Amino acid sequence: MNKVLFFAHLRDVVGEEFLLLDASGKTVAEFKAELSTKYDLPRMETVMTAINEEFASNDEVIRDGDEIAFIPPVSGG
Amino acid sequence: MRMYEISKEPIDIQVVINKVVQREAGAITTFIGTVRELTHGKKTLFLIYEAYEAMAVKKLEQIGLEIEQRWEGSRVAITHRVGRLDITDVAVVIAVSTPHRVDAYEANRYAIERIKEIVPIWKKEHWEDGESWMGNQLETVAYPSGKPEAGDLDE
Repeated sequence: MNKVLFFAHLRDVVGEEFLLLDASGKTVAEFKAELSTKYDLPRMETVMTAINEEFASNDEVIRDGDEIAFIPPVSGG
Repeated sequence: MRMYEISKEPIDIQVVINKVVQREAGAITTFIGTVRELTHGKKTLFLIYEAYEAMAVKKLEQIGLEIEQRWEGSRVAITHRVGRLDITDVAVVIAVSTPHRVDAYEANRYAIERIKEIVPIWKKEHWEDGESWMGNQLETVAYPSGKPEAGDLDE
């Protein structure tokens, strides 16, 4: 299983801070597309992805137990 | 001593500064980011900052490492606040010490620009007539590969 974290506007849309989903074997791009459709997530082309607290490319493959986070454009500072 | 922190409590500016005091330093610059009331004429009532805390601390550490490699002899401390902030509240404090003053100014500027690029922290602006999560200031950034590229990150 994978803990999947949402932040900012994505958290508002999904309605949860995180979900437990099985994403193992999928690429970041595949998983992103799947969630985008399922939850009707907006502006996913601007959203970065992190695996285990490090930015990940769209072609990276998710393994069982990885923590996935979707990172909308940041606005700290 | 934790040089990079996400804080739910108000930031004690002097504590952040004290972390970078070193005998080799000839300068300490401090950047204090505060909550502005008016943005392009629109009045903000208050802000909510949210962070992916574990990753945010790692990315702040990365920024500190980049600075220490680029500006020799520098020392960096950064604390970013989360939660509800009112107008004039302190959102972020960056302290940088270096042997010479030019480096201290440059490195501090680098730190705040990098925070706005790679640290997973978001602010939600609340106005009299609504609220919205803010993206990057230009609202134009897309990440074709899914993550920031080396080229995007350099000044």
